[in-house]
Amino acid sequence: MKLSEIQQILEAEVLVAAGNMDQEIEMAFSADLISDILVMCREHTLLLTGMAHMQVIKTAEICDLAAVVFVRGKRPGQEVIDLAEKKGIPVLLSRLTMYESSGLLFSAGLPGISKKNRTSQEGLE
Amino acid sequence: MNKDPGDEQAMSLEFSLESLNFIRAGEASSELKQRLNKLGFRPELVRRAAIAAYEAEMNVIIHAEKGTMKVEITPARLLVLVEDEGPGISNIEQAMQEGFSTASEAIRELGFGAGMGLPNIKRCADDLEIQSTPGRGTRLKITINNEQR
Repeated sequence: MKLSEIQQILEAEVLVAAGNMDQEIEMAFSADLISDILVMCREHTLLLTGMAHMQVIKTAEICDLAAVVFVRGKRPGQEVIDLAEKKGIPVLLSRLTMYESSGLLFSAGLPGISKKNRTSQEGLE
Repeated sequence: MNKDPGDEQAMSLEFSLESLNFIRAGEASSELKQRLNKLGFRPELVRRAAIAAYEAEMNVIIHAEKGTMKVEITPARLLVLVEDEGPGISNIEQAMQEGFSTASEAIRELGFGAGMGLPNIKRCADDLEIQSTPGRGTRLKITINNEQR
């Protein structure tokens, strides 16, 4: 699913396009804990989160995440947007809740990380 | 274009880490990641190294007074040495259990401090050595082998 389709489904505002709204997103993961992202996340994944601070962008870079959606209308500060621009990570803002955003994307066919990327998960362990 | 890591000589990097500096937090691991990518290491290996380094870096920033991260890079393996001056870990076995954390409420509000850091470093690494003296500091030696080079 293209990131631009995800933006439409979530009725999201594009805060940082990073010239990369046409990329294919293979799977998604929702989390409100950095620790969980660092343990669970797979590369090229879309992250949905209610945390809107700089560590989210830094974690996205470390984990090779494809893009970040801030849910529940959590608008990040300018420093977060600047950092995402610098790192080239697209950032969207949706007014929907985490449950609603995740449910809409899942229903539209975007899988979660457990099914999509089992092989590379096993490779890590 | 990626270069074969075998073309590179052994090199070392050193970063200083500052307690509770959340503006700079993660920069050392970010720079390490970029360097490893440029050296042409496999993305899977770079990712494991970056996650392990980031967890260790955040541990120093959250728990210690100050510290350093030294990285020795050879084509065969990455060695990440993280040393800090801080409270140390009184019970390493307990600290290795998932869910055990001594992080403050403020740190937890940032999404850290879930007690997953050290276990996650171990999961990403091929070898992890922890030495700690309570009241003095902690030393982590993280080894990541480049097996498929």
